[in-house]
Amino acid sequence: MLLEMAATSLKNSSVMRVIGVTKEYPGVLANDSVSLDLERGTIQALLGENGAGKSTLVKIIYGLVKPDSGQMLLNDRDFHPKGPQDARSKGVGMVFQHFSLFDALNVFENIALGMDEAFQKTHLRSRINSVSEEYGLSISLDKIVGNLSAGERQRIEIVRCLLQNPEIMIMDEPTSVLTPGEVSDLFVVLRKLASQGMSILYISHKLEEIRSLCSKATIMRHGTVVDTCDPRKLSAGKIAESMVGNSFSNPKKSKIKAGKVLLELNNVSLKSKRTFGVPIKDISLRLHAGEIIGVGGVAGNGQDEFLGLMSGELSPTKGTLFLDGQDVTYLGPVERRKKGLLSAPEERLGHAAAPEMTLTENTLITAEHRMDLSKNGVINYSKARSLSEKIINSLDVRTSGAGSLAKSLSGGNLQKFVIGRELIQNPKIFVVNQPTWGVDAAAAASIRQRILDLAKDGAAIVVISQDLDELLQISDVFCALVGGQLSKPTDTKKLNPKTLGLLLTSSDAGKAV
Amino acid sequence: MDLGDIKISLLLASLIVAATPILLAALGELIVEKTGVLNLGVEGMMIFGAIAGFIATIETGSPWVGFLFSILGGAAIAFIFALVTQIFRANQVASGLALTLFGLGLSSLLGHSYTGIKPAAFSDLHIPILSEIPILGVILFQHDPIIYFSILAVAAVYFLFRNFRLGLILKAVGENHDSAHALGYNVILIRFGAILVGGAFAGLGGGYLSLVRVPQWTEGMTAGAGWIALALVVFASWQPFRLLIGAYIFGGVTLLQLNLQALGLEINVALLSMSPYLVTIGVLVFMSARRSRGSLEAPRSLGKTFFGL
Amino acid sequence: MLRFEPRKNRSKFLEISAPIIAVIMTMIFGGLLFYLMGKNPFEAIKLIFWDPVMSPTFAEYSRPQLVVKAAPLILIALGLSFGFRANIWNIGAEGQYIMGALASGSIGLALYPLQAWYIFPLMIIGGILGGLIWAMIPAILKIKFNTNEILVSLMLVYVAEQILALASVGFLRNPEGLGFPGSRDLSKYSSAANPELISGTGIHLGVISAFLGVILLTYFLSYHRTGFHIKLIGQAPRAANFAGVDLRYIIIFCLGLSGGLAGVAGMFELTGPAGLINIDFNVGYGFTAIIVAFLGRLNPVGILLAGLLMSLTYVGGELAQFMMNIPAAAIQVFQGMLLFFLLSTDLLVTYKISVKTPIRK
Repeated sequence: MLLEMAATSLKNSSVMRVIGVTKEYPGVLANDSVSLDLERGTIQALLGENGAGKSTLVKIIYGLVKPDSGQMLLNDRDFHPKGPQDARSKGVGMVFQHFSLFDALNVFENIALGMDEAFQKTHLRSRINSVSEEYGLSISLDKIVGNLSAGERQRIEIVRCLLQNPEIMIMDEPTSVLTPGEVSDLFVVLRKLASQGMSILYISHKLEEIRSLCSKATIMRHGTVVDTCDPRKLSAGKIAESMVGNSFSNPKKSKIKAGKVLLELNNVSLKSKRTFGVPIKDISLRLHAGEIIGVGGVAGNGQDEFLGLMSGELSPTKGTLFLDGQDVTYLGPVERRKKGLLSAPEERLGHAAAPEMTLTENTLITAEHRMDLSKNGVINYSKARSLSEKIINSLDVRTSGAGSLAKSLSGGNLQKFVIGRELIQNPKIFVVNQPTWGVDAAAAASIRQRILDLAKDGAAIVVISQDLDELLQISDVFCALVGGQLSKPTDTKKLNPKTLGLLLTSSDAGKAV
Repeated sequence: MDLGDIKISLLLASLIVAATPILLAALGELIVEKTGVLNLGVEGMMIFGAIAGFIATIETGSPWVGFLFSILGGAAIAFIFALVTQIFRANQVASGLALTLFGLGLSSLLGHSYTGIKPAAFSDLHIPILSEIPILGVILFQHDPIIYFSILAVAAVYFLFRNFRLGLILKAVGENHDSAHALGYNVILIRFGAILVGGAFAGLGGGYLSLVRVPQWTEGMTAGAGWIALALVVFASWQPFRLLIGAYIFGGVTLLQLNLQALGLEINVALLSMSPYLVTIGVLVFMSARRSRGSLEAPRSLGKTFFGL
Repeated sequence: MLRFEPRKNRSKFLEISAPIIAVIMTMIFGGLLFYLMGKNPFEAIKLIFWDPVMSPTFAEYSRPQLVVKAAPLILIALGLSFGFRANIWNIGAEGQYIMGALASGSIGLALYPLQAWYIFPLMIIGGILGGLIWAMIPAILKIKFNTNEILVSLMLVYVAEQILALASVGFLRNPEGLGFPGSRDLSKYSSAANPELISGTGIHLGVISAFLGVILLTYFLSYHRTGFHIKLIGQAPRAANFAGVDLRYIIIFCLGLSGGLAGVAGMFELTGPAGLINIDFNVGYGFTAIIVAFLGRLNPVGILLAGLLMSLTYVGGELAQFMMNIPAAAIQVFQGMLLFFLLSTDLLVTYKISVKTPIRK
């Protein structure tokens, strides 16, 4: 049926036109008179940094957000979806970045929830099976979604979307959670869909991907469209420049000689208490002064648990952990910080920082003991305030002051604050999860530089990240965290894309637990 | 002491009567909690249903009209909770407590001049043939329509969540309201509706208390039944049929306690009266101790306010 | 269409004015309620809110009553507010209040008729421990088994009420009371009595403790590490865990504090205004204190004002009952309404409400 659609319509005509769409949130102009043409049967990129307004725009197209002004045309007819259901019924589907799935329900129930018209169970089952076969998107309908890997979850989303026979499919950062192998599988599916006449709006900030997949790219910055180009004809550098707007220096890595062993993990295991949490299995690791270990892997392979074990939030069920020769296996976060092991978790709001609290109060979360911000349990707020001002200044955090609430900061600035809060305490060992996630390129570069500087000063550092480029750029040694297991450390310089891909998928079998 | 005075079959039959108010209220709360809303105001909705139904019965002489008003009363007072928690996004725990205090106050205000009156009797429905079965007939098939309704409702709720799209949607909203919203479901509206239905069930439970179980109006007559209903939902791990079993066990404890009091045993009356509450605590401890080993039963968005994207 | 938009920072102005708006809304809807009952709404509102303090006829009697009734409300609410901040919901303060009174009463009655200076302090300790131990039941069950503290603490209220009944007709009954339920009058036993300190003001030791409590806990919440941790747990539990806060300690602390304060409130009430242990000793302070805690925005100074306001509705309610035949239950409805309005206006502090229709085309 998709073929029929393609056949009846003119080639290369616009299927969707967005004209001058504006959306304002308190204090932010998320979309400022944005216009975009989506051509039929193409894969078209929507590019931009975090906070450029891409997500807002696609939410408007999908009917999740109502624009303040502007017009949209679908096949030259007025298009103003009342909500996602309305958008779907008119032929617009969406695959979300943070999956819109229900962990406790099974795959079939999850797909059924995305169906708008009435259906019969058996009939729907066979339709799902035929769609998933046609595109090679294998899924098993009776599994509980919470136990599935990111790649499997995405397949569910795509199948759910395809069942609606959309003319347009919006994909929000689809590869950010996939292994390299899964990414190429996905591209095969997308190319096939486009060849059958479907139009795909592909949101990403990964340039290489877009250059190999898309025929047209719309680039957004600060809520406006700054450029429309053919990404295949431009260099990645050129595109990056219009995406970021200004140039900045890339972090420089200087060669440091690794010192003594600062952190030692021996066969550390953890049974996860969270439902759908990932157990950690038998991790052993030696970390030297001045060394940066990069821990790569797709989300949901035990990163949170790994960080929790290091910070002291979680106690291992087995194994030992030594810090500079001292046994710290069963010490909590406070004691570990006193000994110089500091950490920064991935989730900024709610884990690393309390959204409704001021930056001064947030400073206290990790710095109270190490920086002597209290005496006999009585907090010295003026000392805490001046320390947080120091953090703000040293990392150039853009905020109105130490009295601002954490949630009022932009993602990048809060990340700088959260990292700066640990750096200012001179950690002996620093463990950080996703240091530059959701941070604009300039801020990311400056955070990476700080991490490199810290290593130069003799600290041992663990960087957990899903951004492989980042790890290759800054780490000396690379490990893959797959299914709660850590691979053997490899010298980063000896890695190439192929060996890397292998590392990240090799223990795939252990993932299902 | 003479246990022979209590006929076992009659005892079991009245056990069902004793359990029904709590069963109805708990069933309503189960639906509400499945959608991710924790309404601690069950006590308040029950007692308001009790007085609304009681007044309507006295004024019209028909217990049927009374039950209708119990349902409407429960839903009406639940509407306030829905408004405060869903539209004004207030903390659910605090709002539930407010609802209980408000319901208790409003019911005693309205019931002021209705104390000590007996409502029109609500006749039993003897199911033909089945009610003739010896022993079992007395226990199961010589009850009033509300009891049959309560059992049917348990089955209906069971099938709703197992076989129907609506049940799936309710469950989805309770599991992850952000995902449900992203798919285009109106989280606020669905929860609003569920709260009203929960209120209707609690109101009916209250009405059953004042019109059949007791039957008369006394201030604060629910005496914690609403809270016990909340505990039952936890006990039942959000499963309707376990709710039925739990309610009947609880009805048994209550009844046994009353009968032992009537027998004039040497056990202190106060000790007997506190036994249902102690049993409830015991059950809660037992269930939570089991659950801490990890389970999927509680809706994941339970008690969390949905703020939209 | 009404739209709620999150504010970047909490509105300081609305933080203070939201409770006032709630009180005004309650007056309007309460007035409506009185009107529906066939009473003059303006007269009723004036009787409740104005006359207890200002009327030449009533104020002399009412003003002391105001402090007497506010004291237990403030003491209990202070303790509850700490737990509520940390999402630890002790709603069984009524039971802890009873158990505090029973424990201190038992000590006093056991020592009767001995006259000694240490009896009263001993009873204070008994009151604190009575409430504290009763509150430790839900605390320990929560820590050990993750049992819901809301339901357990509430169930324990009913249990405490039965123990109170048991004591009133049994082990604490006045042997010279001709078989009537109720204990000896402790307020007439000078070593155990908590008398009015300045005649005509209603001020007794409990009132002074409540004021002291406000000052101490304000300081504690603002400057002590545990106060900070309590706030942190309530707002971002994962961040608290990351900070290394021991949740078990906070649970024990919050339930212990609220139980102890409720218990000592029961002790002061028993030895002063109430005088004796009887079946109807508890009048719902433990539940009303929940409203007081929220009305005071879980802030000690706010709770002081809220306690006085709530006490005003009690005293004024009695006047309204006496003068206009408005039933006591109407006041309970009134208080419930107040809590609802308060919770609803809370949204204004963190959200802006704008009337805005999305422009189409």
